[in-house]
Amino acid sequence: MAVKNYVLVCGGSACESAKGNDIYKSLLHQAEVQGVSNDLQIVKTGCFGFCEKGPIVKVLPDEAFYVEVKPDDAEEIISENIVKGRMVDRLLYKEEGKKDFKPENIKFYQKQERIVLRNCGLIDPESIDEYIARDGYMGLEKALFELTPEQILDELNKSGLRGRGGAGFPTGLKWSFTQRIESDQKYVVCNADEGDPGAYMDRATLEGDPHSVIEAMTIAGKCVGADKGAIYIRAEYPLAIKRLEIAMDQARERGLLGDNILGTDFSFDLEIRLGAGAFVCGEETALLASIEGKRGMPIPKPPFPAAKGLFGKPTVINNVETYANIPVIISKGGDWFAQFGTEKSKGTKVFALTGKIKNSGLIEVPMGITLREIVFDIGGGIPGGKKFKAVQTGGPSGGVLTEDFLDTPIDFDSLISVGSMMGSGGMIVMDEDDCMVDVAKFYLDFCVEESCGKCAPCRIGTKKLYEILDKISKGKGDIEDLQKMKDMGQAMKKASLCGLGQTAPNPVLSVLNAFEDEVLEHIHNGKCRAGKCKDLVQYSIDESKCIGCTVCARKCPVNCITGDRKVAHVIDQSRCVKCGACYDSCKFGAVLVS
Amino acid sequence: MSKMTLEELRKLREAKKQEAAQRDTEGKDTLVIVGMGTCGIAAGAKDVVDALLDELKKVGNENVIIRQAGCMGLCHVEPTVEVRSPGIPNTIYGNVDAEVARKIVRQHIVDGRLVNKHVYDKPAADIIEQ
Repeated sequence: MAVKNYVLVCGGSACESAKGNDIYKSLLHQAEVQGVSNDLQIVKTGCFGFCEKGPIVKVLPDEAFYVEVKPDDAEEIISENIVKGRMVDRLLYKEEGKKDFKPENIKFYQKQERIVLRNCGLIDPESIDEYIARDGYMGLEKALFELTPEQILDELNKSGLRGRGGAGFPTGLKWSFTQRIESDQKYVVCNADEGDPGAYMDRATLEGDPHSVIEAMTIAGKCVGADKGAIYIRAEYPLAIKRLEIAMDQARERGLLGDNILGTDFSFDLEIRLGAGAFVCGEETALLASIEGKRGMPIPKPPFPAAKGLFGKPTVINNVETYANIPVIISKGGDWFAQFGTEKSKGTKVFALTGKIKNSGLIEVPMGITLREIVFDIGGGIPGGKKFKAVQTGGPSGGVLTEDFLDTPIDFDSLISVGSMMGSGGMIVMDEDDCMVDVAKFYLDFCVEESCGKCAPCRIGTKKLYEILDKISKGKGDIEDLQKMKDMGQAMKKASLCGLGQTAPNPVLSVLNAFEDEVLEHIHNGKCRAGKCKDLVQYSIDESKCIGCTVCARKCPVNCITGDRKVAHVIDQSRCVKCGACYDSCKFGAVLVS
Repeated sequence: MSKMTLEELRKLREAKKQEAAQRDTEGKDTLVIVGMGTCGIAAGAKDVVDALLDELKKVGNENVIIRQAGCMGLCHVEPTVEVRSPGIPNTIYGNVDAEVARKIVRQHIVDGRLVNKHVYDKPAADIIEQ
């Protein structure tokens, strides 16, 4: 029995609420009535992401993409599309009146473009042949046999690629500094010390496509005249390390790394250096110190690593994602790359989309996409019907973007202009249950832990900011604290030695900017509207609603809830640790937060 | 494997491309790609691979290639499995556990019917044209 068509009905929770289930049933019923049950299979799928146009029905292999389908449409879909093989025009997704129904032409699908992640999830990362089959090492071919170092720089400059570590410095310019300097020894370094909370783009790239980074570093070696390179990667990434090692061995065996690459007189080799997971070692000067075997502490710039880097020699240092773009830029040309993105931010950006979002995951989007498209189209919105509150971008260096900024294009310059920054690409979505004081406190706590202590503004500033936030979260803050934090934040921005200290106040300052009312509520009314600040929260049980099911008592980690079966329970406030387990476990809404 | 010259690299690339194209046109083999990044493995991808291998042995299907790959980006539904079977559109399955993996073998690879509730969409249309 051969199935001719597959009808996919979106069964994500948004569409479930939008009658996905009814559509599924009517389609089954109609297939039966029209006698085509055996020719097709109707499948309930997971969420397609595109929830605002849901429910969605797709018919394969025709690739018909129907949006906003109602149960009554089932008859027409079956009779037209399945029986007669014609698409139902009025239901097809159309953009600005165009009759584009192929997914690759639909803008919603074009919201993601895969350049960096071109091979991730497709090829076996432990097989060099599969990488080569997907046009791997073509960029290196061109760099070795066709282009001069100047021409490589030209392609990079044309591409408009900017550093993906977060600061956005033009990569071509950076390489040209090193290329121009005369030196007996130069180095190429890869910064794979990904440390932002909630960010894992570099790990995924190295685990899914290690050869792209190796190829790019070899191209860099050819361009600037370096014969040695190092990949500095955190020891917490064992699988990425293992796959990198396998990839390097394979490249050496094939003559794509090591002496006389592809039979030319160019030699280049790499080694892996493991980082111990200090956040500051992601700062380039601290990273280089760490590779040299010193303690990872930043030094003032200039001189920049491009002129005086590893062991005092000129060094090209880029982040994983920056490198992963380069093989394609060289093989397809800078102009090809420059067609993606915005005028000043070219190409794509990989984000790790996490937090209160339906479709968390790794996304790669063209620069200039709006936050709204990321959160609601690709991410599918906030689960549980909660209200969107903010997005935290750029990790401990970034800031929060509220609803007002949902239509801000995501690129280097516009994020800086609204008080956040691109950062390395962590994107944490928060809903009404997240307390902004708590969020700011979390990032400050991280910075206090991770500050290397070399300079006073950062060492003392992070600690003092944290203490003030802590006070506010306990309901003991006063109104002068706001100005104090702003002044201190400004001082840290100006006086800290490296990016860690200069950007550590960003989360606090942006929270003060965007959610001042929420901070003031903590100060004046001793109230935390999200119920996250433990000292301001009290859990109690509503006797009229509690049916005595004992679930909360069994969930409570400190056994402070008592009560017999089928009798209303009571929380002993003196022993409660405010973990909220009872609130989460109660199915009757009997646990109150105040 | 020995060190390659430019010519050999180009030859190898062509050969590998042809191999893949041949597989597609002859429609003999089914390719199953399992997302095996740290995230996938943490979600249980290793059990999935074991179940796939075991079930394939049971149904006696020799024409299936199982391949590991990195993270596809669908972290919310890991472990993910992509199945490329002749005559059926390429399908991505999410939230796959050992039981679903066995279903994929019996239902999708053997009977040519998709497995309900586990089909997901690719995160992005590919732009690097092959």
